[in-house]
Amino acid sequence: MTPVNLSVTDLLLAALSLIIASGLSIVLALNIHSSLAVSALRMVAQLLLVGLMLRYVFAASSPTVTLFILAAMIVAATYEVYSRQQFRFRGWRRFGLGGLPITIATIFVTGLALTTALREAAWLDPRHTIPLLGIILGNVMNGTSLALNAMLTSIQREKRAIEARLSLGADRFLALGEVRVSATRNGLIPVINQMAGAGIIILPGIMTGQVLAGMDPLDAAKYQILLMFLLAGAGTIGVIAATQLCIAAITDERHRLRLDRLIARE
Amino acid sequence: MLHAVGRDVPNSPERLAAAQPLVAENLSRGSGHPAFSLTVAAGSCVALSGPSGSGKSALLRLIADLDPGTGTARIAELVRETMPANRWRRLVTYVAADSGWWTSPVSAHMADPEAARRLLAELGMSESLMKAVPDNVSSGERQRLSLVRALIQRPRFLLLDEPTSALDPESTLQVEELLMRVKQEGTGLLIVSHDPAQVARIADRHYVLSRTGLAEANP
Repeated sequence: MTPVNLSVTDLLLAALSLIIASGLSIVLALNIHSSLAVSALRMVAQLLLVGLMLRYVFAASSPTVTLFILAAMIVAATYEVYSRQQFRFRGWRRFGLGGLPITIATIFVTGLALTTALREAAWLDPRHTIPLLGIILGNVMNGTSLALNAMLTSIQREKRAIEARLSLGADRFLALGEVRVSATRNGLIPVINQMAGAGIIILPGIMTGQVLAGMDPLDAAKYQILLMFLLAGAGTIGVIAATQLCIAAITDERHRLRLDRLIARE
Repeated sequence: MLHAVGRDVPNSPERLAAAQPLVAENLSRGSGHPAFSLTVAAGSCVALSGPSGSGKSALLRLIADLDPGTGTARIAELVRETMPANRWRRLVTYVAADSGWWTSPVSAHMADPEAARRLLAELGMSESLMKAVPDNVSSGERQRLSLVRALIQRPRFLLLDEPTSALDPESTLQVEELLMRVKQEGTGLLIVSHDPAQVARIADRHYVLSRTGLAEANP
């Protein structure tokens, strides 16, 4: 079986569903059609650009270019985590809080995959490293931003309860314990749902793509299992690191709640 | 669960600090804010009053080390800055006017449920409140439960921010009686109150805060 080659007409026909959804939004005054249109246009431009860029990067096959691309992806993901927060830290913490956990989790798990299951791939071979790091990074970014947003919003809401615990002699990790557990669950719900529903409710994207591209379904399933383990592991490491850092950032060495370090998004 | 630490350990710094006063020196929220110095003797009650925004709550929170600032606080050789913040706060416990609750039921917040039941009886409150969801009890009940929650940890000093602001006159008197008893047992009290009659009933000393500083009323 050979891969299905898509024409521009095929893509436009696929966009019909989005056009119908936007029409419904207009009729029902849901006011999401402009957001849908902007996001769709952004997605098309970004994916076409990345496709063109990867074609060049794969052809060049230069470790320096690959490293540059990986660094740019991590920087962009760090900014994305920051931009999704309802409450943001002032100063260096605004980027450090998201950037550090996603960098650690992504590099650790990507490295683990490249030294074990995917050991035959060269470390800086762009054809392997960029897509692998990209999918892991995207997943960690989602989990981390969801967890941080939930955590900072809960801290604002539960300020009196947290301070009551601190006043009674709890340390910062005990005082923020419930908020942290809840935020961690929030951040991991997507990946847990993805694993629980994989194969029964949904055929995951990677597996779908590989089957459409002609791979044997069982081999595609194995690839998907490998990826799900990597994504869940990286997501969990990222979320745990982010919530731990969040506790350290929202309190000081005297275990005081420092909401003055936060600003609400305008 | 949280427990009082050190008080029952022979020769622990906390035990050696018993009967020593709480001394706050030049406490301030930082430049541009006034600095306050204050002493609360063990087994005494000091009342603070003053206009809204004068910094009464801020002063209590500074003493409890809940907000950053300058200055120091100590009980004998126990200096706030040189001991872990959580141990300091178990000795010097701040109770907000509308304190928060982090779980359910009420009993899950109490380090010693038996002691809590005894204090509830002393305040004329039903024992069934221990099984209640904090959000489902009245603000006055929550306020007294917050006091009970702090008292059962047996702090050396209690910093009470308007502890009877949500109470009717009868409940207010019951709280005051309880406070007088713990005071006689050696606990020092620093209370923010806007009620001159209450200040006259319970306070040994009375300070008035203004934006410029702290002055003793009727010295």
